[in-house]
Amino acid sequence: MASAQRPKRPEFRNINAFKDLTTYRMPPAAWVSILHRISGVALFLLLPFIIWMLDTSISSEISFEKFKFAFDGGMLGLPGFVWKLVALALIWSYLHHFIAGLRHLWMDVSHAAVNKEFGRSSALVTLVLSIALAVVLGAKLFGFY
Amino acid sequence: MSVNYGYKRIAVGAHYGVRDWLAQRVTAVLMALFTVLVLARLLTTRGPIGYDQWAGLFSSQWMKALTFTVIISLLYHVWVGMRNVFMDYIKPPTLRLCLQMFAIVWLVACAGWAIQVLWRL
Repeated sequence: MASAQRPKRPEFRNINAFKDLTTYRMPPAAWVSILHRISGVALFLLLPFIIWMLDTSISSEISFEKFKFAFDGGMLGLPGFVWKLVALALIWSYLHHFIAGLRHLWMDVSHAAVNKEFGRSSALVTLVLSIALAVVLGAKLFGFY
Repeated sequence: MSVNYGYKRIAVGAHYGVRDWLAQRVTAVLMALFTVLVLARLLTTRGPIGYDQWAGLFSSQWMKALTFTVIISLLYHVWVGMRNVFMDYIKPPTLRLCLQMFAIVWLVACAGWAIQVLWRL
């Protein structure tokens, strides 16, 4: 039996967010997993902003101008770039949730995809692709090109 | 095997698993296809996209019906997801129930608003 020689693993009974969570080893798949949750909650909380964007951008040409102005001149006392940052947070959240979701679906339908190597490589692709696309779209949003 | 029927039936939690798991996948596929469709229509638009092109995207009845379906899918998908998050991280039953009620009100209100926007167009 190999278990006799193994070092004793730490046991957690009452997990402290600052003392214990920070000691967790986080491989790429773990980052994808927790970011999938964080991006999902962010999209949930920003849902009224998403629908506000749909509403103002689509209802009339006047509201369309109002929609565009919010990201230049600001809205609700906040300057335009803050709203652009909120939009960028939405963009990254959607990208990450979308790509990580496709990864999930792929693993649901393919037994070949459920192994350590694929878990690691697909997690890295998810992280890199979502951040890279968010950077490209963010640069467009802030008018860098 | 433990008894899970009659008065001992477990009536709380994530129901019995598969139904919501499958619903989350099916709604995810629908929303992903919708995303690809909207992106494809935007990318194949000639010239700059102003109000007319953007609003025109949603003006046809089939697109409204499809968007409506996606809004309902989103409602259910997010409900399953948020409920899972609450069940994992929120232990006190009262607080969890309050948050779940908040999620339902939040989602139904948002879905209603989105549907109103769609059919006002």
